[in-house]
Amino acid sequence: MLRYIYGDELKDYPKLGQSMFRDRAAQFKDRLKWDVTVDADGFEKDEYDALNPLYVIWELPDGSHGGSMRFLPTTGRTMVNEHFGDLLEGPIRSPLIWECTRFCLNKDASAQAAAALMLGGGEIMRGFGVAHFAGVFDARMVRIYRMTGASPEILGSSGAGTAQISVGLWSFDGASQARLAARSGISPRQSEQWFQQRFGVPLAMKTAISA
Amino acid sequence: MVAISAKLDLILEALEQAATFDGLQVASEALRDHYDLAHVVYHWVDSAGDQFGCGTYSVEWQERYLSQNYLRTDPVISGCYQRFHPVDWKRLDWSSKAARALLLEAIEYGVGNQGFSVPIRGPNGQFALFTVNNSCSDPEWEAFAEANRRDLILIAHYFNEKALELEPGRTPEAAQALSPREVDAMTLIAIGYNRAQVADTLSISEHTLRVYIESARFKLGALNTTHAVARALSRGLIIV
Repeated sequence: MLRYIYGDELKDYPKLGQSMFRDRAAQFKDRLKWDVTVDADGFEKDEYDALNPLYVIWELPDGSHGGSMRFLPTTGRTMVNEHFGDLLEGPIRSPLIWECTRFCLNKDASAQAAAALMLGGGEIMRGFGVAHFAGVFDARMVRIYRMTGASPEILGSSGAGTAQISVGLWSFDGASQARLAARSGISPRQSEQWFQQRFGVPLAMKTAISA
Repeated sequence: MVAISAKLDLILEALEQAATFDGLQVASEALRDHYDLAHVVYHWVDSAGDQFGCGTYSVEWQERYLSQNYLRTDPVISGCYQRFHPVDWKRLDWSSKAARALLLEAIEYGVGNQGFSVPIRGPNGQFALFTVNNSCSDPEWEAFAEANRRDLILIAHYFNEKALELEPGRTPEAAQALSPREVDAMTLIAIGYNRAQVADTLSISEHTLRVYIESARFKLGALNTTHAVARALSRGLIIV
């Protein structure tokens, strides 16, 4: 299932959080050879994890991490502005533009996990009035995004090969949702329910339930 | 529609010009009247734990809220503190006895049954909350919130920018500079290009252009592109 968890809530999901930071170490440090820090616990964490971001996490049936991404509003400190401002031709600032970084998949992750995460991004846009995501992606993720049919628009890249890091913009509309739903086998209704599980049921539905 | 947004622009223009905290109070009353709401409230807690608030709640309710320390039981506070996503009150958890009692009492003091709150994380641990509130049916409220949500999120941040600017002892920060791309985009819009022409001239997609415009709009404290262009011109940030 898809979970929406702020940084300060990860302590309530120890297995999920720990396996996420370990999978991030496996992806960004071991596989992609990015210049990231892995601590004594084997966790890949950076300064933006300390800013209490919102994580969207694909949880496997055993409670461990299948895939995840990290969101912060561009009104505060963000990786896209502080590290990729030149590629982005920024800084970009707006409460209606959030950054999406550390898109990570467990090495055994299914294509479903990637599509589910994209659906989660769509829920955030629709649920919170977010208009755009500005993201940092690795080359593999760009391919995966393309496969899910919701590909980001790349503004610029640095590095080459597996170490290539791209900055791009990502939006989401009804058509993307339908494509992703078809691809992932996750119905729009299911995706919405996972969102509501964390952020509450909207008015109209509560009214329908109580009526 | 143009007239409506022009009135909002005027309210924000006055807020932008405000030299004292009274300007925040004036703006919250003007917004309440403009949107025909029960209340508009802005409240912040700085890094030292000091509180500041303005808005249209009655003095009696403010005093009652403080004296009862309702900050500790209010689901709006617990649902927004440390967060950055906007919250519709009906989506919060009001199931506890204390929360239900709080809402009933609030209604007695003239607070509406519907609310939309925007949490804001400022610099150095500053936290603020901007709330619009009304008494109406669920479908009416949902329609209002859906239609105005993005404007309200922007307005919430404009309140906070002003409050930060007025904070005693704070060294004023340089106005948020437009990036070169944002300057290009706003300049071309100012001389009358449509979006497709601007995107074409800058060799970027229309999607990317929308992001630059969105960002420029926020930095300029505006709700719409027309207002943003006017501000960029009047501040001398673009020259046509």
